[in-house]
Amino acid sequence: MGPQMRVIYILCLRQIKRYMRARARIIGSLGQPLLFLLAMGFGFGPIFRKAGGGNYIQFLAPGIVIMGILFTAVFSGIEIIWDRQFGFLKETLVAPVSRLNIALGRTLGGAVVAFIQGLVVLVFCLIAGFRIEVAALLPVALLAMFISAVLFSAIGMALGSVLEDMQAFPLIMNFLVMPLFFLSGALFPMKGLPEPLMFAMRADPVTYGVDSLRGTLGRASLFGVGTDLIVLGAIATMLVSIGAYLFSRIEL
Amino acid sequence: MSTPDRETSAGLVIEVRELVKKFGDFSAVNGVSFEVSGGTIFGFLGPNGAGKTTIIKMLTTVLRPTSGSIRVNGYDPLSEQRQVRSSFGIVFQDPSLDSEMTALENLELHGVLYGIPSGARKQRTETLLKLVELWDRRKEFVKNFSGGMKRRLEIARALLHEPRIVFLDEPTIGLDPQTRNHIWQYIKTLNAEQQITVFFTTHYMDEADRVADEIAIIDHGVIVSRGTPGAIKAGTQSGSLEDAFIALTGQTIRVEEASSIDRMRTLGKAWGRR
Ligand SMILES: Nc1ncnc2c1ncn2[C@@H]1O[C@H](COP(=O)(O)OP(=O)(O)OP(=O)(O)O)[C@@H](O)[C@H]1O
Ligand SMILES: [Mg+2]
Repeated sequence: MGPQMRVIYILCLRQIKRYMRARARIIGSLGQPLLFLLAMGFGFGPIFRKAGGGNYIQFLAPGIVIMGILFTAVFSGIEIIWDRQFGFLKETLVAPVSRLNIALGRTLGGAVVAFIQGLVVLVFCLIAGFRIEVAALLPVALLAMFISAVLFSAIGMALGSVLEDMQAFPLIMNFLVMPLFFLSGALFPMKGLPEPLMFAMRADPVTYGVDSLRGTLGRASLFGVGTDLIVLGAIATMLVSIGAYLFSRIEL
Repeated sequence: MSTPDRETSAGLVIEVRELVKKFGDFSAVNGVSFEVSGGTIFGFLGPNGAGKTTIIKMLTTVLRPTSGSIRVNGYDPLSEQRQVRSSFGIVFQDPSLDSEMTALENLELHGVLYGIPSGARKQRTETLLKLVELWDRRKEFVKNFSGGMKRRLEIARALLHEPRIVFLDEPTIGLDPQTRNHIWQYIKTLNAEQQITVFFTTHYMDEADRVADEIAIIDHGVIVSRGTPGAIKAGTQSGSLEDAFIALTGQTIRVEEASSIDRMRTLGKAWGRR
């Protein structure tokens, strides 16, 4: 490994270690998707079936997996605010390595953690009755999960680089992450909705994460898995660049 | 990844010219010039809010000056950040360890960030942890350390990559007298044996008097006195550095401006300041 790669690797590893050690956090961030899975899945299931939507768990599970990834990834990115408050950020900002590599290490670390979280949620979905329809597409599904994780982690990085206070955290969760999730079509089909809403949903990157999983774990992609992956990849690249740029401009 | 020292005409390791830093309308640093020659122990003294930490931040590439020029080890912190950064080690005024990791993990991460080969890193880690008497507790989480232990670990970390310059912003804050003596002993030895330049701030005047070769006293963002501890005492006809300090900076407590600015900072914080 070259020295630059080692820097990315060790920062990534740091985030994974911190995650693995914070058991309360793992359980806490599993709670929300599982609650949605059970409450929505079993509560709305009968209505969904009556309305001709088919098996609701089958529809819902991909959205819940993305939910797990979204929340964990944004949270990991925003950990910069914690690091700023508790001081560790300074140690990385004076190190003789390019800030780009520090930003990449952090983004990747957050993405890996979120990806693991997504896998755990997927296992719970399987336990709750979700069935993977085409096993051969599972590797593509995992790829889609990982790209989504990078994208969401980059959102967190960008926000964490400009916000300086933990007080901003609930603001982000309630006014950004929650709306992104609800607009993604994770809970209801994008059919017959008012045009402005449809537009907002198409503009939401989370939508493509959900759709890519519906296309790979199930067979119900709206845009086509190829399109989803291209859109996710392009937005992820853009957001990682923005996140890295904003990170490189941090002053103390 | 060590960077060669750039030749400076007079052997100066730090050169600061007409340095200014404004936060909004407030000038925290108001036209400061000084230089530090290689191998000296330089004490930077001043009342709370005088601008010491702000100057250290600009010297160490984490804050952009409003105007003025800086050279650290011959390099410009604005345009040659990497070279400047690999020239120094720093103990910040505020904590900067990752408390969710062990002492050893903190040092390992530092070693990788500074590109120290793993053999040398392990050996230096052991030497330094033994020196600051944390070797037996190297596998414990930093969050379980006392304030003094954390400070010692930060000092060990700042020296791990064998920097040419160390910045110590109130390094002995919160330490008992034994530990303080111990740490200054070590820093003096290091300075004598390896000609490391030491740039420190402190509010303990006796400490500054004992260890500093040279002192600058700063108040309200300007340097008010400069020289050896002896010369500063003589210049103010004071028996101790503390008396000299008070003669130069007055009796008033510096709270008024800090508190109003703190309020503004809290307001501005949630949305960022840029
Ligand atoms: N980011 C900032 N925004 C606004 N004002 C700031 C900022 N950082 C520092 N200041 C102000 O600049 C002045 C100098 O602060 P600085 O931290 O450099 O003082 P100091 O000499 O290190 O004091 P102390 O001995 O208390 O550590 C203070 O009035 C402080 O409130
Ligand atoms: Mg200070």
